[in-house]
Amino acid sequence: MYGQIVEQVTAKILAGDWLPGQAIPSIRQLAAGSKVSVITVKRAYLELERAGIIVTRPGKGSIVAESSDLPRQLALKDFHAGLSAMLEAADRLQMDPASVFQEVEKELLSHRGAGLAAEERGKTA
Amino acid sequence: MTTAITLAGVRKEYGGFALQDIDLELPAGQVMGLVGVNGAGKSTIFRILMGLIKPDGGQVEVCGYRMPQGQVAAKREIGYASDDMRLYKGKSLRWHMDLVRSVYLDWNEPYAAQLLKRFDLRADQAMGGLSHGQRVKALLLLSLARHPKLLLLDEPTTGLDPVARGEVLEAIAEVLGDENRSVLFSSHNTRDVEQISDYIAFLHRGRLVAVKDKESFLESWRRILCQGEWRDEIAAVPEMVSVRRNGSVIELKVRSFHPGLTARLQQLGLAISAVDRMDLEDIFVTSIAAGERQ
Repeated sequence: MYGQIVEQVTAKILAGDWLPGQAIPSIRQLAAGSKVSVITVKRAYLELERAGIIVTRPGKGSIVAESSDLPRQLALKDFHAGLSAMLEAADRLQMDPASVFQEVEKELLSHRGAGLAAEERGKTA
Repeated sequence: MTTAITLAGVRKEYGGFALQDIDLELPAGQVMGLVGVNGAGKSTIFRILMGLIKPDGGQVEVCGYRMPQGQVAAKREIGYASDDMRLYKGKSLRWHMDLVRSVYLDWNEPYAAQLLKRFDLRADQAMGGLSHGQRVKALLLLSLARHPKLLLLDEPTTGLDPVARGEVLEAIAEVLGDENRSVLFSSHNTRDVEQISDYIAFLHRGRLVAVKDKESFLESWRRILCQGEWRDEIAAVPEMVSVRRNGSVIELKVRSFHPGLTARLQQLGLAISAVDRMDLEDIFVTSIAAGERQ
Protein backbone atom coordinates (compact mmCIF):
# COMPACT_ATOMS: atom_id res chain seq x y z
CA MET A 1 0.00 0.00 0.00
CA TYR A 2 2.91 2.37 0.70
CA GLY A 3 3.86 1.97 -2.94
CA GLN A 4 0.82 4.02 -3.92
CA ILE A 5 1.91 6.86 -1.65
CA VAL A 6 5.44 6.73 -3.10
CA GLU A 7 3.96 7.01 -6.60
CA GLN A 8 1.59 9.79 -5.58
CA VAL A 9 4.42 11.90 -4.12
CA THR A 10 6.82 11.32 -7.01
CA ALA A 11 4.07 12.18 -9.48
CA LYS A 12 3.48 15.48 -7.66
CA ILE A 13 7.20 16.27 -7.79
CA LEU A 14 7.57 15.27 -11.44
CA ALA A 15 4.56 17.40 -12.38
CA GLY A 16 6.24 20.35 -10.69
CA ASP A 17 3.45 20.79 -8.14
CA TRP A 18 6.08 20.38 -5.44
CA LEU A 19 9.38 22.08 -6.24
CA PRO A 20 12.90 21.22 -5.03
CA GLY A 21 13.45 22.66 -1.57
CA GLN A 22 9.73 23.06 -0.97
CA ALA A 23 8.16 21.56 2.15
CA ILE A 24 5.81 18.64 1.51
CA PRO A 25 2.83 17.75 3.74
CA SER A 26 3.64 16.21 7.09
CA ILE A 27 3.11 12.48 7.47
CA ARG A 28 -0.10 13.05 9.42
CA GLN A 29 -1.47 15.63 6.97
CA LEU A 30 -0.92 13.31 4.05
CA ALA A 31 -2.40 10.34 5.95
CA ALA A 32 -5.56 12.26 6.84
CA GLY A 33 -5.82 13.69 3.31
CA SER A 34 -5.45 10.39 1.51
CA LYS A 35 -7.34 8.20 4.02
CA VAL A 36 -4.29 6.02 4.57
CA SER A 37 -2.76 5.02 7.90
CA VAL A 38 0.07 7.06 9.39
CA ILE A 39 2.36 4.04 9.49
CA THR A 40 1.93 3.50 5.75
CA VAL A 41 2.82 7.11 4.92
CA LYS A 42 5.80 6.89 7.29
CA ARG A 43 7.02 3.84 5.44
CA ALA A 44 6.56 5.61 2.08
CA TYR A 45 8.49 8.70 3.26
CA LEU A 46 11.32 6.47 4.48
CA GLU A 47 11.46 4.85 1.05
CA LEU A 48 11.41 8.25 -0.69
CA GLU A 49 14.21 9.44 1.55
CA ARG A 50 16.30 6.36 0.84
CA ALA A 51 15.82 7.02 -2.87
CA GLY A 52 17.02 10.60 -2.39
CA ILE A 53 13.72 12.09 -3.56
CA ILE A 54 12.88 13.86 -0.31
CA VAL A 55 14.95 15.00 2.66
CA THR A 56 13.57 14.74 6.18
CA ARG A 57 14.95 16.98 8.89
CA PRO A 58 14.16 15.82 12.42
CA GLY A 59 11.42 17.96 13.94
CA LYS A 60 11.05 20.08 10.82
CA GLY A 61 9.26 17.84 8.39
CA SER A 62 10.27 16.86 4.88
CA ILE A 63 11.25 18.82 1.78
CA VAL A 64 11.72 17.87 -1.85
CA ALA A 65 15.41 17.08 -2.43
CA GLU A 66 17.37 19.81 -4.22
CA SER A 67 18.67 17.44 -6.88
CA SER A 68 18.15 18.62 -10.44
CA ASP A 69 17.84 15.22 -12.08
CA LEU A 70 14.93 13.66 -10.27
CA PRO A 71 13.30 12.20 -13.40
CA ARG A 72 16.60 10.49 -14.20
CA GLN A 73 16.95 9.20 -10.66
CA LEU A 74 13.43 7.83 -10.75
CA ALA A 75 13.98 6.17 -14.10
CA LEU A 76 17.22 4.72 -12.74
CA LYS A 77 15.37 3.38 -9.72
CA ASP A 78 12.81 1.74 -12.03
CA PHE A 79 15.64 0.31 -14.07
CA HIS A 80 17.32 -1.25 -11.03
CA ALA A 81 14.02 -2.61 -9.73
CA GLY A 82 13.46 -4.21 -13.15
CA LEU A 83 16.97 -5.61 -13.11
CA SER A 84 16.58 -7.29 -9.75
CA ALA A 85 13.17 -8.68 -10.74
CA MET A 86 14.79 -10.11 -13.86
CA LEU A 87 17.64 -11.67 -11.88
CA GLU A 88 15.20 -13.22 -9.41
CA ALA A 89 13.30 -14.78 -12.32
CA ALA A 90 16.59 -16.02 -13.76
CA ASP A 91 17.36 -17.62 -10.39
CA ARG A 92 14.04 -19.38 -10.42
CA LEU A 93 14.77 -20.68 -13.92
CA GLN A 94 18.27 -21.63 -12.68
CA MET A 95 19.86 -19.84 -15.63
CA ASP A 96 23.64 -19.44 -15.63
CA PRO A 97 25.16 -15.95 -16.05
CA ALA A 98 26.16 -16.65 -19.64
CA SER A 99 22.58 -17.36 -20.72
CA VAL A 100 21.37 -14.30 -18.81
CA PHE A 101 23.83 -12.14 -20.77
CA GLN A 102 22.82 -13.83 -23.98
CA GLU A 103 19.13 -13.14 -23.37
CA VAL A 104 19.82 -9.52 -22.46
CA GLU A 105 21.92 -9.04 -25.58
CA LYS A 106 19.25 -10.59 -27.79
CA GLU A 107 16.57 -8.38 -26.23
CA LEU A 108 18.80 -5.31 -26.55
CA LEU A 109 19.40 -5.96 -30.24
CA SER A 110 15.74 -6.50 -31.08
CA HIS A 111 14.83 -3.43 -29.00
CA ARG A 112 17.41 -1.34 -30.82
CA GLY A 113 16.36 -2.84 -34.13
CA ALA A 114 12.77 -1.82 -33.42
CA GLY A 115 13.98 1.67 -32.53
CA LEU A 116 15.95 1.99 -35.77
CA ALA A 117 13.03 0.67 -37.80
CA ALA A 118 10.77 3.24 -36.18
CA GLU A 119 13.27 5.98 -37.06
CA GLU A 120 13.38 4.76 -40.66
CA ARG A 121 9.60 4.86 -40.83
CA GLY A 122 9.76 8.38 -39.41
CA LYS A 123 12.08 9.51 -42.23
CA THR A 124 10.00 8.09 -45.04
CA ALA A 125 6.71 9.39 -43.63
CA MET B 1 5.01 7.44 25.03
CA THR B 2 1.53 7.57 26.51
CA THR B 3 -0.98 4.83 25.82
CA ALA B 4 -4.63 5.35 24.98
CA ILE B 5 -5.61 1.81 25.90
CA THR B 6 -3.94 -0.81 28.05
CA LEU B 7 -5.48 -4.24 28.61
CA ALA B 8 -3.45 -6.69 30.69
CA GLY B 9 -4.53 -10.27 31.30
CA VAL B 10 -8.20 -9.40 30.78
CA ARG B 11 -10.70 -12.28 31.12
CA LYS B 12 -14.46 -12.42 30.82
CA GLU B 13 -16.65 -15.50 30.79
CA TYR B 14 -20.25 -15.80 29.69
CA GLY B 15 -22.12 -19.04 29.27
CA GLY B 16 -20.39 -20.66 26.33
CA PHE B 17 -18.04 -17.78 25.53
CA ALA B 18 -14.79 -16.74 27.12
CA LEU B 19 -12.52 -13.81 26.45
CA GLN B 20 -9.10 -15.01 27.54
CA ASP B 21 -5.71 -13.48 28.37
CA ILE B 22 -6.24 -10.28 26.45
CA ASP B 23 -3.07 -8.17 26.42
CA LEU B 24 -3.43 -5.16 24.19
CA GLU B 25 -1.77 -1.76 24.06
CA LEU B 26 -2.74 1.13 21.83
CA PRO B 27 -0.20 3.99 21.87
CA ALA B 28 -1.71 7.48 21.75
CA GLY B 29 -2.02 8.87 18.24
CA GLN B 30 -2.42 5.48 16.59
CA VAL B 31 -5.26 3.71 14.83
CA MET B 32 -5.86 0.06 15.62
CA GLY B 33 -8.14 -2.23 13.67
CA LEU B 34 -9.66 -5.15 15.53
CA VAL B 35 -10.44 -7.94 13.10
CA GLY B 36 -12.51 -11.00 13.86
CA VAL B 37 -15.47 -13.05 12.67
CA ASN B 38 -18.87 -12.63 14.31
CA GLY B 39 -18.75 -13.87 17.88
CA ALA B 40 -14.97 -13.51 18.21
CA GLY B 41 -15.37 -11.14 21.18
CA LYS B 42 -14.87 -7.74 19.54
CA SER B 43 -17.93 -6.09 21.07
CA THR B 44 -17.10 -7.55 24.50
CA ILE B 45 -13.74 -5.78 24.36
CA PHE B 46 -15.47 -2.48 23.52
CA ARG B 47 -17.94 -2.88 26.40
CA ILE B 48 -15.09 -3.60 28.81
CA LEU B 49 -13.22 -0.52 27.57
CA MET B 50 -16.33 1.59 28.11
CA GLY B 51 -16.81 0.20 31.61
CA LEU B 52 -20.18 -1.20 30.56
CA ILE B 53 -19.20 -4.65 31.76
CA LYS B 54 -16.69 -5.64 34.41
CA PRO B 55 -14.03 -8.20 33.43
CA ASP B 56 -13.58 -11.29 35.62
CA GLY B 57 -9.88 -10.53 35.88
CA GLY B 58 -7.04 -8.40 34.56
CA GLN B 59 -6.43 -4.68 34.34
CA VAL B 60 -8.01 -2.10 32.08
CA GLU B 61 -6.76 1.44 31.58
CA VAL B 62 -8.34 3.90 29.15
CA CYS B 63 -6.95 7.41 28.56
CA GLY B 64 -4.97 7.05 31.78
CA TYR B 65 -8.01 6.03 33.88
CA ARG B 66 -8.43 2.67 35.55
CA MET B 67 -11.68 1.05 34.48
CA PRO B 68 -14.38 0.60 35.52
CA GLN B 69 -13.63 2.86 38.57
CA GLY B 70 -12.55 5.82 36.42
CA GLN B 71 -15.32 5.51 33.86
CA VAL B 72 -16.99 8.85 34.57
CA ALA B 73 -13.77 10.76 33.90
CA ALA B 74 -12.71 8.46 31.06
CA LYS B 75 -16.00 8.84 29.19
CA ARG B 76 -15.35 12.57 28.79
CA GLU B 77 -12.38 11.60 26.61
CA ILE B 78 -14.02 8.75 24.71
CA GLY B 79 -16.33 8.81 21.73
CA TYR B 80 -18.13 5.49 21.42
CA ALA B 81 -20.32 4.38 18.56
CA SER B 82 -21.89 0.98 18.32
CA ASP B 83 -24.90 -0.43 16.56
CA ASP B 84 -26.54 -1.44 19.83
CA MET B 85 -26.58 2.14 21.12
CA ARG B 86 -30.13 3.37 21.61
CA LEU B 87 -31.35 6.69 20.33
CA TYR B 88 -34.74 8.31 20.98
CA LYS B 89 -36.78 7.28 17.97
CA GLY B 90 -39.30 10.10 18.20
CA LYS B 91 -36.68 12.84 18.59
CA SER B 92 -34.71 14.49 15.80
CA LEU B 93 -30.97 14.37 15.20
CA ARG B 94 -30.87 18.07 16.17
CA TRP B 95 -32.41 17.19 19.55
CA HIS B 96 -29.71 14.53 20.09
CA MET B 97 -26.99 16.99 19.04
CA ASP B 98 -28.25 19.53 21.57
CA LEU B 99 -28.37 16.85 24.25
CA VAL B 100 -24.74 15.81 23.67
CA ARG B 101 -23.74 19.47 23.43
CA SER B 102 -25.30 20.23 26.83
CA VAL B 103 -23.27 17.44 28.46
CA TYR B 104 -19.92 17.84 26.69
CA LEU B 105 -18.27 21.25 26.72
CA ASP B 106 -15.93 20.27 23.87
CA TRP B 107 -18.80 20.07 21.36
CA ASN B 108 -17.73 21.79 18.13
CA GLU B 109 -20.83 23.13 16.36
CA PRO B 110 -19.16 24.24 13.09
CA TYR B 111 -17.57 20.80 12.78
CA ALA B 112 -20.94 19.19 13.53
CA ALA B 113 -22.54 21.26 10.76
CA GLN B 114 -19.77 20.23 8.38
CA LEU B 115 -20.25 16.53 9.24
CA LEU B 116 -23.99 16.89 8.80
CA LYS B 117 -23.42 18.10 5.27
CA ARG B 118 -20.75 15.55 4.45
CA PHE B 119 -22.84 12.66 5.77
CA ASP B 120 -25.82 13.97 3.83
CA LEU B 121 -28.02 13.97 6.96
CA ARG B 122 -30.94 16.23 7.87
CA ALA B 123 -30.95 17.57 11.43
CA ASP B 124 -34.73 17.82 11.64
CA GLN B 125 -35.39 14.19 10.72
CA ALA B 126 -36.69 11.90 13.47
CA MET B 127 -34.24 9.12 14.37
CA GLY B 128 -36.93 6.48 13.98
CA GLY B 129 -37.13 7.12 10.25
CA LEU B 130 -33.42 6.74 9.51
CA SER B 131 -31.96 3.95 7.39
CA HIS B 132 -29.20 1.78 8.85
CA GLY B 133 -26.53 3.81 7.07
CA GLN B 134 -27.98 7.13 8.24
CA ARG B 135 -28.16 5.84 11.81
CA VAL B 136 -24.50 4.79 11.75
CA LYS B 137 -23.50 8.19 10.38
CA ALA B 138 -25.67 10.03 12.93
CA LEU B 139 -24.02 8.10 15.80
CA LEU B 140 -20.60 8.85 14.40
CA LEU B 141 -21.45 12.54 14.07
CA LEU B 142 -22.54 12.68 17.71
CA SER B 143 -19.16 11.20 18.72
CA LEU B 144 -16.86 13.03 16.32
CA ALA B 145 -18.21 16.53 16.94
CA ARG B 146 -16.92 16.34 20.52
CA HIS B 147 -13.32 15.83 19.34
CA PRO B 148 -12.79 12.93 21.75
CA LYS B 149 -9.21 11.83 22.48
CA LEU B 150 -10.16 8.23 21.89
CA LEU B 151 -12.68 6.92 19.40
CA LEU B 152 -14.09 3.46 20.06
CA LEU B 153 -15.99 2.42 16.96
CA ASP B 154 -17.63 -0.99 16.93
CA GLU B 155 -18.19 -2.03 13.30
CA PRO B 156 -18.52 1.52 11.94
CA THR B 157 -18.60 0.45 8.30
CA THR B 158 -20.64 -2.75 8.50
CA GLY B 159 -23.74 -2.77 6.33
CA LEU B 160 -22.92 0.54 4.63
CA ASP B 161 -23.11 1.08 0.90
CA PRO B 162 -19.81 2.03 -0.81
CA VAL B 163 -20.61 5.75 -0.83
CA ALA B 164 -21.47 5.87 2.88
CA ARG B 165 -18.41 3.73 3.66
CA GLY B 166 -16.22 6.24 1.88
CA GLU B 167 -17.79 9.12 3.83
CA VAL B 168 -17.28 7.34 7.16
CA LEU B 169 -13.67 6.34 6.40
CA GLU B 170 -12.93 9.92 5.36
CA ALA B 171 -14.29 11.24 8.65
CA ILE B 172 -12.25 8.71 10.64
CA ALA B 173 -9.14 9.49 8.59
CA GLU B 174 -9.42 13.17 9.56
CA VAL B 175 -8.61 12.11 13.10
CA LEU B 176 -5.24 10.85 11.81
CA GLY B 177 -4.15 14.45 11.39
CA ASP B 178 -3.95 14.91 15.18
CA GLU B 179 -1.16 13.03 16.93
CA ASN B 180 -2.94 13.05 20.30
CA ARG B 181 -6.06 11.30 19.12
CA SER B 182 -6.43 7.55 18.87
CA VAL B 183 -8.92 5.19 17.28
CA LEU B 184 -9.84 1.59 17.99
CA PHE B 185 -12.30 0.22 15.49
CA SER B 186 -13.54 -3.23 14.71
CA SER B 187 -14.58 -4.67 11.41
CA HIS B 188 -14.84 -7.86 9.51
CA ASN B 189 -14.14 -5.86 6.39
CA THR B 190 -10.37 -6.32 6.22
CA ARG B 191 -10.05 -3.79 3.40
CA ASP B 192 -11.14 -0.93 5.65
CA VAL B 193 -8.76 -2.10 8.35
CA GLU B 194 -5.90 -2.47 5.89
CA GLN B 195 -6.43 1.06 4.63
CA ILE B 196 -6.45 3.19 7.77
CA SER B 197 -4.92 1.13 10.61
CA ASP B 198 -1.43 1.51 12.04
CA TYR B 199 -1.87 -1.60 14.14
CA ILE B 200 -3.82 -4.75 13.51
CA ALA B 201 -5.21 -7.14 16.10
CA PHE B 202 -6.73 -10.49 15.13
CA LEU B 203 -9.29 -11.81 17.56
CA HIS B 204 -10.57 -15.36 17.28
CA ARG B 205 -12.71 -17.33 19.74
CA GLY B 206 -12.00 -14.87 22.53
CA ARG B 207 -8.23 -14.88 22.06
CA LEU B 208 -5.86 -12.45 20.38
CA VAL B 209 -4.19 -14.41 17.60
CA ALA B 210 -1.87 -11.61 16.50
CA VAL B 211 -1.19 -7.96 17.30
CA LYS B 212 1.30 -6.15 15.11
CA ASP B 213 1.99 -2.94 13.23
CA LYS B 214 0.39 -3.25 9.84
CA GLU B 215 3.37 -2.74 7.56
CA SER B 216 5.57 -5.39 9.20
CA PHE B 217 2.54 -7.64 9.41
CA LEU B 218 1.87 -7.46 5.67
CA GLU B 219 5.62 -7.65 5.03
CA SER B 220 6.01 -10.93 6.90
CA TRP B 221 3.53 -13.05 4.92
CA ARG B 222 4.02 -14.54 1.45
CA ARG B 223 2.24 -16.85 -0.93
CA ILE B 224 4.78 -19.02 -2.73
CA LEU B 225 3.82 -20.94 -5.84
CA CYS B 226 6.13 -23.79 -6.73
CA GLN B 227 6.45 -27.05 -8.57
CA GLY B 228 8.10 -30.30 -7.62
CA GLU B 229 7.89 -33.57 -5.85
CA TRP B 230 6.10 -33.46 -2.50
CA ARG B 231 8.19 -34.23 0.60
CA ASP B 232 7.00 -34.15 4.18
CA GLU B 233 9.97 -31.95 5.10
CA ILE B 234 8.24 -29.11 3.19
CA ALA B 235 5.35 -29.01 5.65
CA ALA B 236 7.82 -29.16 8.54
CA VAL B 237 9.52 -25.86 7.57
CA PRO B 238 8.85 -23.68 10.64
CA GLU B 239 7.49 -20.71 8.65
CA MET B 240 4.88 -22.87 6.90
CA VAL B 241 1.27 -22.02 7.69
CA SER B 242 -0.69 -23.51 4.82
CA VAL B 243 0.04 -26.03 2.08
CA ARG B 244 -2.16 -26.82 -0.91
CA ARG B 245 -1.27 -29.35 -3.55
CA ASN B 246 -2.78 -29.64 -6.99
CA GLY B 247 -0.90 -32.17 -9.08
CA SER B 248 2.72 -31.06 -9.18
CA VAL B 249 1.78 -27.45 -8.35
CA ILE B 250 2.22 -26.59 -4.68
CA GLU B 251 0.88 -23.42 -3.09
CA LEU B 252 2.55 -22.47 0.18
CA LYS B 253 1.62 -19.68 2.58
CA VAL B 254 4.30 -18.64 5.04
CA ARG B 255 4.78 -16.17 7.86
CA SER B 256 8.09 -14.63 8.99
CA PHE B 257 9.21 -14.68 5.37
CA HIS B 258 12.90 -14.05 4.66
CA PRO B 259 14.95 -14.46 1.46
CA GLY B 260 16.71 -17.54 2.89
CA LEU B 261 13.39 -19.35 2.84
CA THR B 262 13.23 -19.60 -0.95
CA ALA B 263 16.74 -21.09 -0.96
CA ARG B 264 15.62 -23.61 1.65
CA LEU B 265 12.62 -24.60 -0.49
CA GLN B 266 14.86 -24.98 -3.54
CA GLN B 267 17.09 -27.28 -1.48
CA LEU B 268 14.00 -29.37 -0.84
CA GLY B 269 13.67 -29.82 -4.58
CA LEU B 270 11.03 -27.20 -5.36
CA ALA B 271 11.16 -24.90 -8.38
CA ILE B 272 9.65 -21.59 -7.32
CA SER B 273 7.50 -19.86 -9.90
CA ALA B 274 6.11 -16.92 -7.90
CA VAL B 275 6.51 -15.19 -4.54
CA ASP B 276 3.67 -12.76 -3.84
CA ARG B 277 2.62 -10.56 -0.95
CA MET B 278 -0.76 -11.34 0.56
CA ASP B 279 -3.55 -8.97 1.44
CA LEU B 280 -4.95 -8.75 4.94
CA GLU B 281 -8.02 -10.80 4.09
CA ASP B 282 -5.93 -13.69 2.81
CA ILE B 283 -3.66 -13.48 5.87
CA PHE B 284 -6.66 -13.39 8.20
CA VAL B 285 -8.44 -16.36 6.64
CA THR B 286 -5.19 -18.36 6.41
CA SER B 287 -4.22 -17.81 10.03
CA ILE B 288 -7.72 -18.55 11.32
CA ALA B 289 -7.85 -21.78 9.30
CA ALA B 290 -4.39 -22.76 10.57
CA GLY B 291 -5.44 -22.02 14.16
CA GLU B 292 -8.52 -24.22 13.79
CA ARG B 293 -6.39 -27.16 12.70
CA GLN B 294 -4.10 -27.02 15.72
